Amino acid sequence: MDKFTIDNMNLYYGKFHALKNVNLHMPKNKITAFIGPSGCGKSTLLKSLNRMNDLVEGCKITGDIKLDGTDIYSDMDVNVLRKKVGMVFQKANPFPMSVYDNIAFGPRTHGIKKKSELDRIVEESLRDAAIWDELKDRLKKSALGLSGGQQQRLCIARALAVKPEVLLMDEATSALDPISTGKIEELCLKLKDDYTIIMVTHNMQQALRISDNTAFFLLGEMVEYNSTDAVFSSPKDKRTEEYITGRFG
Amino acid sequence: MRLKSFRERAMQGVFFLTALASIAAVAVICIFLFINGIPAMAEIGVFDFIGGQKWAPSNVPASYGIFNMIVASVYVTAGAIVIGVPIGILTAVYLARFCPKPLYKVLKPATELLAGIPSIVYGFFGLMVIVPFIRDNFGGNGSSWLAASIVLGIMILPTIIGVSESALRAVPESYYEGALALGATKERSVFKTILPASKSGVLAAVVLGIGRALGETMAVVLIAGNQVQIPSKLTDGLRTLTANIVLEMGYSTGLHRQALIATGVVLFIFILLITLSMQAIKSRSEKHG
Repeated sequence: MDKFTIDNMNLYYGKFHALKNVNLHMPKNKITAFIGPSGCGKSTLLKSLNRMNDLVEGCKITGDIKLDGTDIYSDMDVNVLRKKVGMVFQKANPFPMSVYDNIAFGPRTHGIKKKSELDRIVEESLRDAAIWDELKDRLKKSALGLSGGQQQRLCIARALAVKPEVLLMDEATSALDPISTGKIEELCLKLKDDYTIIMVTHNMQQALRISDNTAFFLLGEMVEYNSTDAVFSSPKDKRTEEYITGRFG
Repeated sequence: MRLKSFRERAMQGVFFLTALASIAAVAVICIFLFINGIPAMAEIGVFDFIGGQKWAPSNVPASYGIFNMIVASVYVTAGAIVIGVPIGILTAVYLARFCPKPLYKVLKPATELLAGIPSIVYGFFGLMVIVPFIRDNFGGNGSSWLAASIVLGIMILPTIIGVSESALRAVPESYYEGALALGATKERSVFKTILPASKSGVLAAVVLGIGRALGETMAVVLIAGNQVQIPSKLTDGLRTLTANIVLEMGYSTGLHRQALIATGVVLFIFILLITLSMQAIKSRSEKHG
């Protein structure tokens, strides 16, 4: 079953045509990876899925992007969309407050005030993000004191705390060491039982290791989209082949 | 080569001298204040001077108690903060996060213009507009604690807006995006992440505002009534430390004159404390990022 469907989508930054006629159907409870060289539009596409592109002046989108069949640009409140579609950023961005308050920020935003309820969500989210054991004694400490890898997993926990259906990950491991990266990849594989994950990655090994489907982008065009195995073992398009074999990009 | 190094050294000397000039100015002011003020305090008695509630320089024997004026200065400053801080911070939030660009181009210079208006003009404005308004609507003769607080509240706006706005703009955009991505509204993202993250800068703005309000003289003299008393209600008049000095300096002699300088010492110590707390806030925010 498809969670997100993108049909005939075009995106412009002012006069610049950043995404050209993209068609992409992403299945539920799978990990979909976007790969491609810098500037190919993969992050732009990811940010269209939770409408973070709304912040960019002059950004215009045509075509349809639907979440469970509902158009996210015309038929859904943007804050409801972002509650359903969580995002983890390239650079970990914990708020300058305690670990607990970071996780509780989302639930509080959506009206949960009861302390016992918040306590439960904080623990559950940290457990889901596989960081509870490391942080359970530091809940009241500032989140800015954590290591880079911990901060990123905290951000994942923060995103999970609002009970999203989809998790967008924008090169979420690109600033991390291999061990932290490994932990987050493991986490993704575990999370896909409950969430649909869409990730942008520069690391083709990562796409190969954890994603079910891969879409390859080049200069704003979606060149190829197939199961990850198929894309990497028998790419249909010559450009895909050249990219994954490292001949350019 | 040699010539160049000589020139460089000469210029270094010039820079050093100019830097020295401002330090020397502070030092000289300090020395002047303390040399003239401390003996008067000693003669009057420190507790009688600071804690005394009677100011009657022309009585025999004369009384020099400035307690009422210290309280008045604190009251007026507090009033200015109550009025100026919420308006100033909210204006800064609006300018930094909500204001459409074309409007910003008008609003920003307008807030800066506020800073350029001479204080005597603020005083006139208070005298012609605020004082009659208070007299007609709240009773009393209008020249009052409330009038001074309102005018000072307006006068500290540019300081608070300017410093707060740059503090708000210094907050990383990633906090804002992080909050939005969790489904928070724009307002919530701004007030729950950006504003708290800029709190040391905003606090610095408030402290600067306090300094400005405490030191303001000309506007206050015109509209505060200048009675030496602790006001019991907002429409009562009061006399601040600064007003006391400016009102009596012209004709005072002897111990009276020295007592006024000692009043300046007290004011100076207040400002010193404010500057120090300002430094403390700054170094704390640098440590904690």
